[in-house]
Amino acid sequence: MSSNKLSEYTARFEELADQHGLSFYPVEFEVVPKTFMMEVAVYGLPVRMPHWSFGVRYIYQYVQHRMGGSKIFEVVFPGNPNRAYLIDANSLAENTLVTAHVIGHADFSRNNELFGRMQSQVGYRIVEQAAERAHRIEAAIERHGRRRVEAVLDAALSLEQHIDIDRGLARKRYPEVVEQKERPKRKGFGGRYDQLPGEGRDEEQDVERGDRGRTRRAPIPPHPEYDLLWFTAQYGPELEEWERDIFLGVREESFYFYPVFACQIMNEGWASYWHARLLREADFLAEDVYLDAAKAHSDVVRPYGGSGSVSLSINPYYVGFVLWEHIVEGRGLDAALQIRAEEDDFGFVRNYLDDELAERLELFTYRRTRHRLGEERYLIEERDMNRLRETILSPKFHYGAPRVYVSELAADGSLTLRHDYETDGRGLDEERSTRVLEYIERVWRRPVRLITADEDGDEEVLSSEGEASGQTQLDTPPGSAAASGRS
Amino acid sequence: MGQARERREPSRMTTDHRWYDLFSRGARDWLRHNEKVRETVRNRLGDLIAGTDVLSRPSDRTVRVPVRFLEHYRFRLRQEDEETGAGQGAAQPGDVYRKPRPGERESGEDGDQSDEGGSGSGELRFVLELKVDDIVDWIWEELELPDLKPKVTDALTDEDLVQEGWDRRGPRARLDRRRTLREAIKRRAAQPEGPPFHDEDLRFRQVSRRKRPATSAVVAFVLDASASMDERRRKLAKAFFFWATQGLRRQYGNLETVFIAHTNEAWEFTEEEFFQVSATGGTISSTAFRLARDVFQERYNPSRYNVYLFYASDGQNFGDDQSTADALLCELGSFANFIGFVETPQNPFESGKSEMGRLFRSLRARSYPVGSYTVHRDSDIWEAIRAFFRRQAAVAEE
Repeated sequence: MSSNKLSEYTARFEELADQHGLSFYPVEFEVVPKTFMMEVAVYGLPVRMPHWSFGVRYIYQYVQHRMGGSKIFEVVFPGNPNRAYLIDANSLAENTLVTAHVIGHADFSRNNELFGRMQSQVGYRIVEQAAERAHRIEAAIERHGRRRVEAVLDAALSLEQHIDIDRGLARKRYPEVVEQKERPKRKGFGGRYDQLPGEGRDEEQDVERGDRGRTRRAPIPPHPEYDLLWFTAQYGPELEEWERDIFLGVREESFYFYPVFACQIMNEGWASYWHARLLREADFLAEDVYLDAAKAHSDVVRPYGGSGSVSLSINPYYVGFVLWEHIVEGRGLDAALQIRAEEDDFGFVRNYLDDELAERLELFTYRRTRHRLGEERYLIEERDMNRLRETILSPKFHYGAPRVYVSELAADGSLTLRHDYETDGRGLDEERSTRVLEYIERVWRRPVRLITADEDGDEEVLSSEGEASGQTQLDTPPGSAAASGRS
Repeated sequence: MGQARERREPSRMTTDHRWYDLFSRGARDWLRHNEKVRETVRNRLGDLIAGTDVLSRPSDRTVRVPVRFLEHYRFRLRQEDEETGAGQGAAQPGDVYRKPRPGERESGEDGDQSDEGGSGSGELRFVLELKVDDIVDWIWEELELPDLKPKVTDALTDEDLVQEGWDRRGPRARLDRRRTLREAIKRRAAQPEGPPFHDEDLRFRQVSRRKRPATSAVVAFVLDASASMDERRRKLAKAFFFWATQGLRRQYGNLETVFIAHTNEAWEFTEEEFFQVSATGGTISSTAFRLARDVFQERYNPSRYNVYLFYASDGQNFGDDQSTADALLCELGSFANFIGFVETPQNPFESGKSEMGRLFRSLRARSYPVGSYTVHRDSDIWEAIRAFFRRQAAVAEE
């Protein structure tokens, strides 16, 4: 693949994009080997903290890759500059398509409100920030040992999704005390009642509370706290500085990733729309490059499995692409630019996915039921637009995680978490949640419990106490292990 | 067009691969994952021991354990029997699609991204290879056993020629040239005028006969191969034999094995054949004990070998054979370090009450070095092995 040609095309694409009113920070493209790209996709960042769970994802990715199941074209990290990675083994045509696609992403991330908000909080050089943090964590491993650092990462990474973007990245600790509302003087009979001996104890209590009767110690947290990473970093008893640093680091990366997650359909659709359009208008492309690139486009931007077949998930590239085409056609480019600036997937799907488009995209909802021997059946339902939209969006709420919040930090340092099971419609997976509590407890160093609902919808308290900590990984119906050896 | 054209740094394209090919973080974290799996496996040593199917492949001293990937847990909603999702394609309301069983993907369905770490369908498994020696190390640590030393008695000795100092006289073959030269140099330093070599310079190696404790051992595995010892029982015996051998191997530098199976006759086998043997016929255990005794006497001089014998059976024996068996076991017991009886009983509640069970109890009462282990289920093997190793350690400590 000729990277000179690619550089040349990229510059021309950027000119074209400028003419259409796109605006973006420059992109640092890097052409890398496939193996490296795979790691970038697995870690989410080019250099990131070491953790065994990434190793598992890596092997999954690796196997899938070896079986030809997945093809990665590009990874881009918004920032100033943006950083984009292309694969050296992909053809010039494919990478031409990809650079145009990246320009679409670059425009989206610079102009979209949610991206802008998160980026201004996190900073514009996440790749470098994460790499630096990775080195700090390596240093912590040197100093404190792998086991200890891993325990902190186990906890922090398992709570990755539990942040509260509305309260922002930089937050102050809760106020230590709250104003004591003065009780209005009671009149009439009530006033006389207060004068009875032993009934004037308000003052006595106020003295105990410290501040001349006007304030008292505030409860922690003062409101349900959904940012579990922040809360642990701030209020974990006996948390050491380097441990806090890890929690806040994981949290910062989560803030960074949030818009990518929450705007996936819009963002991928937008980039696909623009690569298609830039390609169409690129009279400077060699004929064969154009044709091959167009073919690559139709391989990616389509319902999974091709036409005529049925897929039980939706392709965000395709759905987003069709929505954007429809919007630009019907409302004009300026309106589209405004929508890309203001919406996230929730607004995008609810406001712009209409009946006609759903029909064209052949979208449907299904009901999955489980049967004996693990057989699953999928029953296709009548299309109901509201239900369809909410079904598409439901995995996106709360970063795709159950809503768990800190409800109380007791005086002895023990922690009570609550799961908002009414909103989520059901309780938590007990086994997994208990394991997560174990992770947290190891760094919290005090008892941690979690209130959720059991199968009947009754309240249920989970705690890591009394659970055997042995894991059940031995895949051994006893007798199936094979051994060899010489006696 | 809302924004005026601004000055933007041109985008750049680099193809310099820097360190990417040199280091794989994914592989590093994968190895760390595997280390953790090993720890988990180690915590379930009992299952490992019991589940081990011992194959006889020389030079391949590893155990393969199929394991699942570790899952990094997160809060997740409970899986419901009924869930909804969104899909895409030419499906009509009322159509039903099936996915036969977990692990088989519907064609055209994309990998569910939330599935990573994998408990869902399409789960990957892998095989962990553990060194047998490592496992034995773990058992040792788990049981907090001391390092075993060979039992040292006067009776058990090998003779060695040990070099011990030098002499001015000796056979020419033992001349130590280096020493001799050194002596010559020393002498000439004192009297520079002397001859280059002198008879006084000669040094001969002195050797003496020394007795050292024998570190060789022989273990005979004796299996009741009659029809009542079915496949499952034979497997239990095999697992016990395997791990007992590993324990003995730690104790003795040189461990040799003998395999004997019997019905109403006894034969010696190679290890490969041994566990495949099955036969019909009665159960006369004394035939096997007699053969074992002969083998020991012919090939393994009891004064040079520590002798062990393990006998696995379901406990039955011909009534007429009991006194012969008793006599032979007494004879074996008089020179063996230990005789173990591994009982895989027909009825677990009757263990120890069988013919052989009673016989071994009586031997024990007469202070012969014997022990009995009842192995009915896989999990009993771990117990039996522990008991045997503990005994070995206790004997070694005495």
